Amino acid sequence: MKLTGALLLFSVALFVSSSSAFQSDELIVDDEQFDSGEVVSSLSPSISSSSRSPPKPVRKTSAEPDSDSRVQFALEHAFGDSDGFTVAGTFTARIKSHGGKRTLTKIRFSRNDLSTLEKEKFKKLLEDDEFYRIRVPSNVLNAPGKAYVISSVKARCLPNDGLDEHFIIHMEGVHILAVNYGSLRACQYNRPLRLPSKWTFNSHTVLKYSEYAPRTPIFSEHIIAGDMGDDEGVKPLERSFFAKYWMYLMPIVVIVFNAFTQSANMVDEQVAAPPQQAVRAVPHGQNGAVRRR
Amino acid sequence: MLPTELCCVMGYLSFITTKSKQFQAIRRSPLSILITTKSATDLEKPRSNSIAMAMAIKLSLLLLVFSCSLIPTFSLFEDQVGFMDWHQRYIGKVKDAVFHTQKAGRKRVVVSTEENVIASLDLRRGEIFWRHVLGANDVVDKIDIALGKYVITLSSEGSILRAWNLPDGQMVWESSLSGSKSSKAFLTIPANLKLDLDSPIFVYGGTCLYAISSIDGEILWKKDFIPEGIDVHQLILSEGSNVIHATGVSDSSEFNTYEIDVKNGAVLNHAKTSFPRGIFGEILQISSDKSVALDSSQSTLVLISIINKQIHLQETHVSNLIHGVSSNTIILPSKLSGIFSLSTDTFIAFIKLTDEGKLHVMEKFDKKVVVSDALPLSENEQAFALVEHGDSNIHLSVRLVHDMSSNHLKETVKMDHERGFVEKIFINNYVRTDRSHGFRALIVMEDHSLLLLQQGEIVWSRDDGLASIIDVTTSELPVEKIGVSVAKVEDSLFEWLKGHMLKLKGTLMLATPDEITAIQKIRLQSSQKSKMTRDHNGFRRLLIVLTKSGKLFALHSGDGHIVWSTLLQSLRQSPQCPNPTALKLHPWQIPHHHALDHNPSVLVVGRCGLSLSSPSTLTIIDAYTGNAVRNVGPTHSTVQVLSLPFSDSEEQQLHLLIDDEKRAHLYPRSREAVEIFEKESQNVYWYSVEADVGILKGYGVKNRCDGDEFCFEARNLWSVVFPSESEKIISTVTRKGNEVVHTQAKVIADEDVMYKYISKNILFVATVSPKASGPIGSTTPDESVLVVHLVDTVTGRILHRMTHLGSQGPVHAVLSENWVVYHYFNLRAHRYEMSVIEIYDQSRAENKDVLKLIVGKHNLTTPVSSYSRPEVSTKSQSYFFTHSVKAISVTSTAKGITSKHLLIGTIGDQVLALDKRFVDPRRSLNPTQAEKEEGLLPLTDTLPIIPQSYVTHAFKVEGLRGIETIPAKLESTTLVFTYGVDLFFTRLAPSRTYDSLTEDFNYALLLLTIVALVVAIFVTWVLSERKDLQEKWR
Repeated sequence: MKLTGALLLFSVALFVSSSSAFQSDELIVDDEQFDSGEVVSSLSPSISSSSRSPPKPVRKTSAEPDSDSRVQFALEHAFGDSDGFTVAGTFTARIKSHGGKRTLTKIRFSRNDLSTLEKEKFKKLLEDDEFYRIRVPSNVLNAPGKAYVISSVKARCLPNDGLDEHFIIHMEGVHILAVNYGSLRACQYNRPLRLPSKWTFNSHTVLKYSEYAPRTPIFSEHIIAGDMGDDEGVKPLERSFFAKYWMYLMPIVVIVFNAFTQSANMVDEQVAAPPQQAVRAVPHGQNGAVRRR
Repeated sequence: MLPTELCCVMGYLSFITTKSKQFQAIRRSPLSILITTKSATDLEKPRSNSIAMAMAIKLSLLLLVFSCSLIPTFSLFEDQVGFMDWHQRYIGKVKDAVFHTQKAGRKRVVVSTEENVIASLDLRRGEIFWRHVLGANDVVDKIDIALGKYVITLSSEGSILRAWNLPDGQMVWESSLSGSKSSKAFLTIPANLKLDLDSPIFVYGGTCLYAISSIDGEILWKKDFIPEGIDVHQLILSEGSNVIHATGVSDSSEFNTYEIDVKNGAVLNHAKTSFPRGIFGEILQISSDKSVALDSSQSTLVLISIINKQIHLQETHVSNLIHGVSSNTIILPSKLSGIFSLSTDTFIAFIKLTDEGKLHVMEKFDKKVVVSDALPLSENEQAFALVEHGDSNIHLSVRLVHDMSSNHLKETVKMDHERGFVEKIFINNYVRTDRSHGFRALIVMEDHSLLLLQQGEIVWSRDDGLASIIDVTTSELPVEKIGVSVAKVEDSLFEWLKGHMLKLKGTLMLATPDEITAIQKIRLQSSQKSKMTRDHNGFRRLLIVLTKSGKLFALHSGDGHIVWSTLLQSLRQSPQCPNPTALKLHPWQIPHHHALDHNPSVLVVGRCGLSLSSPSTLTIIDAYTGNAVRNVGPTHSTVQVLSLPFSDSEEQQLHLLIDDEKRAHLYPRSREAVEIFEKESQNVYWYSVEADVGILKGYGVKNRCDGDEFCFEARNLWSVVFPSESEKIISTVTRKGNEVVHTQAKVIADEDVMYKYISKNILFVATVSPKASGPIGSTTPDESVLVVHLVDTVTGRILHRMTHLGSQGPVHAVLSENWVVYHYFNLRAHRYEMSVIEIYDQSRAENKDVLKLIVGKHNLTTPVSSYSRPEVSTKSQSYFFTHSVKAISVTSTAKGITSKHLLIGTIGDQVLALDKRFVDPRRSLNPTQAEKEEGLLPLTDTLPIIPQSYVTHAFKVEGLRGIETIPAKLESTTLVFTYGVDLFFTRLAPSRTYDSLTEDFNYALLLLTIVALVVAIFVTWVLSERKDLQEKWR
């Protein structure tokens, strides 16, 4: 008995755990779906663009015939505060015009390999628990636009096996609002010092456009009535009347019922009254006798 | 036998409570208290959440929901008004005053103020007869009285003229004067001019001169000065003539004088003289045909006289007139006939115009002199008042205009040092009992207070500085001292008993009407309320408010009386600090452990000047006495004040002041503070909002500045750049720093748990398309887009971004726990809307697994880092809301258990409490049974406005600007302080007072009942004994 109970519990627990694991998996997918808004390459291209090779000119923008629909912009990085920004890689994306509004899709990222100096600098950052900073232009067509969009992360958050990085680029047309930059994993507080085994970046890039707010539900009584049908619109009202006033109705019913039975009794009494008068006097007398005693 | 009796008592208790307030039996059931205390202890380790706790919370929530019943309201009984709330009415700093004392039963003075209030005050007591707040954009230019029964106000740069009935303040008529260009505004009401039974009012505004009927406000005629390109500086209407003189300056620096017929506005004569240098400031009229002005270099006086319809100019160099004169000469606007006053850097000189047309200096005073306008006493006698400052008193003298040496009246009035200098004076005369002239003076002080002086005494005073509150904070009151004399206790015990006996009578409906009023009086004036010591429930507090005048007031929360007030020396005008403005008020020292060693104190930050880069001053004020403990400055500039969550050994809160060069200055400036700060400096982040360029920037601490160990350089860690062609920042809101969140988990209907994303670093940013930043109606729905963002201020990550198409500001928002509610206008629906966004943490969503929790494989106890990738999900919903809104706030309680209410300052200057459950994004059209149990309401498109849920009930907080909520010590209760031109304070219990008996609970009745029952027990016991005995004897 106990054993089966335990088994049951275990299986339930298993189910719960597996379902929750599944759920979290699905959420990432979900995330990315509404992240990308339209057809946006999210995880797959970035995985392909892991960057061991030198800055390979993936597709030369100028050489291509549809160069007007392609755009490139640089990612720059800095090690610490005193260091200036240097080019770290290139984002390539396709511009899609949609009703006069231009948006970016199919973003790809190719990162330059870290030089020995940069590796040293990065190591220093890891040792000091300092910030690794990146920046991108705020306007991809007319870089840098109004200002650079800067983002930074504690360097110790990045190393895993290699160096994990995850970009969520918030866009408004061809403008970059902000970059959420960090690793894919959680970054535990009390960041322990951990050096990566490989000094290569494993990059993931997601483009994100604004969501649209759900519309305010507009409905008035007649719409509901129309949906549900007229007769149904009335019914709940009647029911609610009874539901509301049953306590008042009950006594009335009781009184009416009482009155009814009483009047019926009265009729009975009236019919049987004259002969009973003599009989009645006797018990009275008897009672009185009992009391007196 | 006894238990049954006890039960009886309990039953009776619940009966009483039910009777005194509805549904209290449920609230006070021991179960609910048990559960709430359980969850309160859980607060100590908030990260150790478990399902079990979640269940407990759910239970307690359910209970709360149950006890709240369906529609929670704050409806008060009529006799409860004023019991725990108070309301104070103010008018603001007076800028103009007109007396109405002749032939009037009630002597009154009509004033206009800088808060755009016009009010009629009782001259005997200073009370408000009536008052109108015209609104922030309707600045009052001029006021006057016409026909002896109408108050005429000219406002909005001379474009709106209104007449108010003098006795009751009803509006009689209103005329809109549409000028073509903004200009100065003048109002002239001739005393004895009649035009066909009508008395015209002459108004100049928007470069047009109007004659307006004072009976119905109709425009009789209009003369536009735009074609001539002339800006009129003054209107002169000589007594008894039918010609109005308008003197103005044209763009090409010419003096122009027009003679205009008062009947039809026809120009009778036009004269002009060129004056290439141009004039500075105003032209001041000194007699019927002479005026005086300063040239643009402020060094030459120009006397303008009109002789035979020609303008004659006569120039006099100021230095010839007054020797050793310095710069910054201005003509004071006091209207005195025949003389005028000239103010320089160092002194004020009175200059007389002799009959020969010569200027002659009559008298020189040092700078601290204030002069009133001239007051006609008789046909050719005019008097004016002059106030000089002494050490702790002021000298008021009334002199005749023609004879400066005459001192008609000389009085010395003792003046409170905390009121500062006199800024304005208005005088009025009356006939004394000995038929001589008596004078009363209305003076406006530096702290914006208004006083009436008469016979050398202050007849009344009004603290109208409280109408312009900038910032509010609170402080605990001192702990009660032990050792009260016995006599006092006895006296109070007797009073206590008497009061309760009266209440008992009231409850049993035996009280006479007199006694009922006595009961009401006892309730309202209970000494408990305004005691100067801390109370157990934390209802009594000091509200410390910083006003625009630089005066700090401490108000008692019990009845709103002023405990102390102090005019901050650091915020007074001085050579080091020419234009001081008060900025911020922060709690500085909040003693807990050493409550007896130190008094709590507050930090006041001010700025010396109008630009952001001007130096700032810091003052630390003792919250019990109002004395300045320390004064710093003027020192570096201050753009932002951050209160850090660290305190030193003296429990002084660490503060960072960010200057305009993004350097952080640490206060208090002590070694210890630096040590504490440096330990934590890696985790200190802040952000700046540059609304004009549309950039948010985040900063961290870099290193020390050179040469200053309390100064730290900042480094820019992130930036969010809004494209200027599509987004413009209009509103940013953060969570309140002292907010307490009780639980991270939210149990939803299907036994599921959702984890709130609770971060102190969320910033709500609302942007609109640049075209939509104007007023509502200035753009089409297609062009206006409202975008809201939730930004993490440590990493600069955008957590959520949502677009509302066809919507525009103004946006008012409140952020609390894991939700934000904001209010905006939907152009497509032509209605205001309120939207809610709730943000949930998905990274903790797996912690629903019981097994994991048992084994300990959950991440609930690990510290959260902002650098982890945020896995959040949001829910949002929009609802229509009828009102436009002036401010939104949310109730806050000590432990955050009690459900929340939104406090909405409506356009009608009232505060509406709206249950947060109405703006739940999870509301659905047909909630399931489980959802209904959870307390989810069926979806509606509009948020309900329940009249009983106005917390301000019958009052209005005119010119409402802010709503401040302060948690009381009692979990169920929150204190609400609303300020604007008026002040309003009340106590709210969003889920009703489930943790205490109401204050009007009748203890005497309970005691009496118990006694009566005990007596009854003994009597029946004796009787039954006796009966038993008799039975046995039979």
